[in-house]
Amino acid sequence: MTMQFNDETFRGDYSYFNSPAAVKRFPFPFDQDSYMYSVNIEQHPGGPKGSPFEFAFDVDEHYVAEMKDREITLAGDPMRCQSLPHMELAGWDLLELIMVSKARDYPELFKLTRDGNDWHWVNKPLGIEKRFTFLDPTTLPCGPMEYITRQAQGDFALLHEREGNLWLDAGMITSQADWSLDFDVGMNFFEWHAPVPKARKMGVFDKALKFLLAVGQDQSYRRLNWTMTVNPRLDTSPENYHKWGPEKRTVTPENVGKKQFLRVELQTFWRLPRSNALAFPIRCYLANLEDIASQPKWGRRLHRVLRDIDPDLAEYKGFAVNQKYIVDYLSQFDDGAETSPGIFPD
Amino acid sequence: MKLALKVTEVEQLSPLVKRFRFEDPKGASLPVFSGGAHITVDMPEEDAIRRNSYSLISDPYDGTGYEIAVRREDRGRGGSLYMHTKVAEGDDITVSLPSNLFQLDLRAKKHVLIGGGIGITPFLSQLKQLEMEQKPFELHYAARSREEAAGLKLLQEAAHIHVHISEEGARMDLGAILDGQPMGTHVYTCGPDGLITAVADQTARLGWPKTAVHSEAFTAPPPGEPFEVVIASTGQTVTVKADQSLLEALEAAKVEIDSSCRGGACGRCHTKVTACDGRILHNDHWLSEGERAAQQDIMPCMSRFKGTRLELDL
Ligand code: FES
Repeated sequence: MTMQFNDETFRGDYSYFNSPAAVKRFPFPFDQDSYMYSVNIEQHPGGPKGSPFEFAFDVDEHYVAEMKDREITLAGDPMRCQSLPHMELAGWDLLELIMVSKARDYPELFKLTRDGNDWHWVNKPLGIEKRFTFLDPTTLPCGPMEYITRQAQGDFALLHEREGNLWLDAGMITSQADWSLDFDVGMNFFEWHAPVPKARKMGVFDKALKFLLAVGQDQSYRRLNWTMTVNPRLDTSPENYHKWGPEKRTVTPENVGKKQFLRVELQTFWRLPRSNALAFPIRCYLANLEDIASQPKWGRRLHRVLRDIDPDLAEYKGFAVNQKYIVDYLSQFDDGAETSPGIFPD
Repeated sequence: MKLALKVTEVEQLSPLVKRFRFEDPKGASLPVFSGGAHITVDMPEEDAIRRNSYSLISDPYDGTGYEIAVRREDRGRGGSLYMHTKVAEGDDITVSLPSNLFQLDLRAKKHVLIGGGIGITPFLSQLKQLEMEQKPFELHYAARSREEAAGLKLLQEAAHIHVHISEEGARMDLGAILDGQPMGTHVYTCGPDGLITAVADQTARLGWPKTAVHSEAFTAPPPGEPFEVVIASTGQTVTVKADQSLLEALEAAKVEIDSSCRGGACGRCHTKVTACDGRILHNDHWLSEGERAAQQDIMPCMSRFKGTRLELDL
C-alpha cells in the first residue's frame, strides 16, 4: 500500500484534517473514564497492526505537511533546534536509529544502504537522496540531529546522563505543548518538569527518573501524555503565545466540535549505544472533538474524563476557559452506557 | 535480552589474567557500545546460574566481537575461577547487552584516566572512544610488577600513555599527575578502594569540582557464610549458599527481582527490608551511610546477612 500524504496546514487557514482511517488509529490516551497523572509506561514498539504503536517511528498521512511546518518554524526561530557540543555523538546515534528503523518498517518510503561508514539515504516522500559519511559532520548540510529530525515527525530531546540525573542538552522542538527549548536547554529532569502540578508531591518524578536511568540499550518504552489545543496548531510555544493564546477565545458552543483539539503526545525513550545518552522523541497527534466523537466509546469516555477532571489539571492543560463548552458539546454523545476497557475503539 | 555467542579466543595475558573474545556464531554484528560499558556473563553450574559483570575492553564501535579481561580470584565465589578453568575456545556463552555506569563526560576539556591493576579494563574501551573522538587525554596505569601488569599487552606505546610499575620504583605520584591540569579536566579512576579515595582526596585538595571526579569500584560479590532470607509476599524461605550471592539465590528460587550491574553500583536491585534481626553485611557502593545503619535497605547483588531473620519486601 502506498501512503497518501495530506495537503494541509497547521497555521493560517488551519486546513489540517484526519482521514477516517487516521481517526480510527488515533492514539486515544484514556483507558478508563477518569484521569489522574501517572507514569503509565509500556514497552515500545509493539501494538496492533496499523496502530501508531506498531513501529519505532510512526509515519502517517501528516508526515509531509508536518515537515513543512517545521521548516517554517525553524526559519522564523533557528533556536528551536539546539545541540550543546558534547551531544554531537548522540545526534549520530539518533540519526542511525531513525534511518535504520524507517528503512526497515517502511521500505516503500525509505531506503538506507550502508557500506562501512559510507551511507546512502533515500527519503521518497520528501524527495531527498543523500550520500554521506557516518560520524563525519562535514558530509551533512547541518548537524546529524538537525538533519534527521527535519525528516522525522515529532519533537526530539536528547538527554545526557551525569551526576545521577538527566540533562536536556540537545533538542529539536517545534511542536511543543507550551514549553521552550531555549529556556530549558541545559536543565535537569526535575527543573524542566517543575510546572506539572501535584506530580512532584506524588514522587512521580523520582520514580520516573530512576526508571529512565535504568533504561538499557535493548529496551525502549513509551507513554502517552495529552493536553488540549484550540485549532490544529503544532507550534504552541511560549515564545509565540501572542499568536495562539488569543485563539482560545474564539471557541463558541457552535464551533467547539471543530476547533477544539485533543492533543496526544506519544513519548518514547531510547538508550543510544555510542553516546549512552537517552533519546526522548515526543510525537504529537491531533484530533478535534468531532473526530473523537465519531467513535462512540471515545465520545462517552472523553465527556466523563473532562467533566470530572481536577480543576488544577484543567488549568494546567490549558482548557479551563472552554471547559463548559467542551463538556456541554460532548454530553450529547454520552448516553451513560458502560465503556469497554483499553484505549482502542470498539 | 541476552546474546548467545561463541568464545573465539582465550589468551593468557599474565599469570592471573585471561582475555576472552566472544563473537556471534553466525558472524552477525553485535550492538556497538560506549566507552566504559560492561556486560554480564552467564556461568551455568549444576544447580544455578552465576553471573558476573566485566568491563568491555574492545573497540566500542567494532561489532565483530566483544572482549573482556578476567582476573582469577582464588578466594572469590568462583565466578572468575569458572571463567579461567571452564571456558575454552569454541564454547557457547551467554552474555547481556552492554550497559554503562562509567561513561565519559564528553563535556570535559581533557580526560585523565587512572587505572590500578585490573582496574585498567574500563579504560581500554574508553581510550579507543577518545581516540576516535579526537579528545585530549592521558592514561595512567599502575601495577605492582611488569609480570602482573596484564594491561601492558593491550596498551600501545604512546606519549600520553604512562605505565607506573611500583616494583621498579616508578610509583604513581597522584599529586604530580593532577596538579597543573587545565581547567575543565575530568579524572576517572578504577581500581582498589585505596586508589579511588586517594584520587578523591587529591582532587579535593586541589579544589577540583566534585562533578569532574568519576570512579568505578564495582567488584564481584564476595563469598561468605550461608544464610537464609524470607520473602514477605509469599512467606517462602530462600537459602543463600556460601559461594552464591543473595541475588543469585533469589533468581534460582524464581523470585522476581531486577538487576543490571551485579556489582553494587547501579541501584537496580535495591530492595526494602521488612524485618531484620541481625546484621546486614553491606558490600555495595549504592546505599548511603545512613541507609546502611538503618538496616531497612539491602542490595542483594553484593550484600549478605548474619543473624536470625531477614525478611525482604519482595
Ligand atoms: S544489580 Fe546493580 S546494584 Fe545490584
